[in-house]
Amino acid sequence: MPHSISTNNTLEVRFKLSTQDRENKKASRTYLDINTKIPASGVTAIFGHSGSGKTSLLRCIAGLEKAEQGKVSIHKNSWQETWQDTGYFLPVHKRSIGYVFQEASLFPHLTAQKNLTYAIKRSDKAVSAEFYQRVIGVMGIESILTHYPNQLSGGERQRIAIARALLIQPRLLLMDEPLAALDHQRKQEIIPYLERLHQSFDIPIIYVSHSMDEVARLADHILVLDQGKVIAEGGLTEVFSRINLPQRLEDESGVILNGHIVEQDNEWQLIKIAFANSHIWIPDSADILSEALGKSVRIRILARDVSLSLSNHDDTSIVNRILVTVMDIKSDEDSPMSLVRLKMGKEFLVAKMTKKSVHHLELTVGIQVWAQVKSVALVR
Amino acid sequence: MMLSDADIGALWLTLRLATTVTILLLIIGTPIAWWLSKTSSPFKGPVAAIVALPLVLPPTVLGFYLLIAMGPNGFIGELTQSLGLGTLPFTFWGLVFASVIYSMPFVVQPLHNAMEAIGERPLEVAATLRATPFDRFFTIVLPLAKPGFITASILGFAHTVGEFGVILMIGGNIPDETRVVSVQVYDHVESLEYAQAHSLSALLVIFSFVVLLALYATQRKTSNVGMMK
Repeated sequence: MPHSISTNNTLEVRFKLSTQDRENKKASRTYLDINTKIPASGVTAIFGHSGSGKTSLLRCIAGLEKAEQGKVSIHKNSWQETWQDTGYFLPVHKRSIGYVFQEASLFPHLTAQKNLTYAIKRSDKAVSAEFYQRVIGVMGIESILTHYPNQLSGGERQRIAIARALLIQPRLLLMDEPLAALDHQRKQEIIPYLERLHQSFDIPIIYVSHSMDEVARLADHILVLDQGKVIAEGGLTEVFSRINLPQRLEDESGVILNGHIVEQDNEWQLIKIAFANSHIWIPDSADILSEALGKSVRIRILARDVSLSLSNHDDTSIVNRILVTVMDIKSDEDSPMSLVRLKMGKEFLVAKMTKKSVHHLELTVGIQVWAQVKSVALVR
Repeated sequence: MMLSDADIGALWLTLRLATTVTILLLIIGTPIAWWLSKTSSPFKGPVAAIVALPLVLPPTVLGFYLLIAMGPNGFIGELTQSLGLGTLPFTFWGLVFASVIYSMPFVVQPLHNAMEAIGERPLEVAATLRATPFDRFFTIVLPLAKPGFITASILGFAHTVGEFGVILMIGGNIPDETRVVSVQVYDHVESLEYAQAHSLSALLVIFSFVVLLALYATQRKTSNVGMMK
């Protein structure tokens, strides 16, 4: 399994926390009840709606909040450290973390450069000139270093804040919805930097977000929180092929598939994306251009964009018609909709339809049907 | 302007007193303000109230109790005597002690407000950047509370210069020891030396005006420096 966790590289996390909701003091108390292992490699998204406890979990890992009962310990290769256990609590400033807050929290009395220096001076090990240049380069902040935070845009401030967190040379980078305070355009502007961050530095990242788009684009693993509890965890593609997520997440149901571009149809400007044993056509776009043969891509297919039919209809506008096998059907009593999990080669698709349609088509586990995929989003 | 030697002595003494008191208050007031802005202790209310008490008490009342306390049988008096310092009333250091108490709220409150305005976030950020609590205080709290320190220094200094009631109660009227400008003006008026009273009074009016002008100027300037965004 792609998401299987080597016991060598994990962050073991166990918390019980009863606390007032931080964002909304009037809201009821949020309880965190977590016992899990997070991979200490790649990007792990902590995903959930607001109030699900994801920020609290991150703050507990950092030590910014103290859970009455808890354990945090991190194993990375041969290095191992415990940050919290019964009767033991390592203060924040002794934990080898980098933390990026929701709003760029640069020190207002220091220039961007001095903000970075603040981290460099306190870094666990000396910051080499090479590493410094790499951080500056990856975050693209060379030209704005002399500015004070109030002279920078939100996106620029956040890039400085990320660079600052990297320069402390942490073993673990924690990011708390780093894009949430930015408008759509700034988000699009900064996401490529986050992707480069992921590719350029071998540092495990825990990324809190409520945005499906960000998660689909950046994460390798995912931990789904709901009301302070972990309701799903695992590799990104695997978790999103499940159909037993709580209903409140169903609007976003859809699978994420990793494939690569194998063919281009210049006549119709389509490109073919292949998976282990199947493929899908998507429209060519300026993002991909022609140089991309062989490039690996990630796509997302929402459950509501997949419909089923018992025979292959040639007389439809849908390009992607794929023979699939019904694996699982989930119908809730209080909802008129059903989710159907389908096997396409070695990948999964999820289709959303009315219970009436399930009944009408006489769908049962194991039968073969044609899936019609109306739209595919190229995530990256 | 006609300033007698006694007037100049009084001015010099006032300056020395206000400077000493301001420096002492910044040293004492900073930890008190920091504690008040951080603590959730049940003593927070009482401590804040005691610090603010001189704002509402008539100076004579404060002066009276300080006189008793610093006297030979008062608890402060016994302490100073046992340390071989004698008693404090009618000495310069007695005035310093009383003024520190009297001007305390004018220093602690601006510091407290400035420190509270910093909020938790910058300190959390600094903690994630490996700054120890001590380090955080000096590299984050002090610089960010700078406007508060400027206001506190100006107010503490000016308020000490303007003291009269407390000084009269515990300092009396000893030239170059406890006779500050405000007392000197009072003396001039008592002995109908209106011209001298005018000179000194006008000087204090100008001084106070300049101080307040400086205060508002720094406040206008610092309010433009955005806090954490």
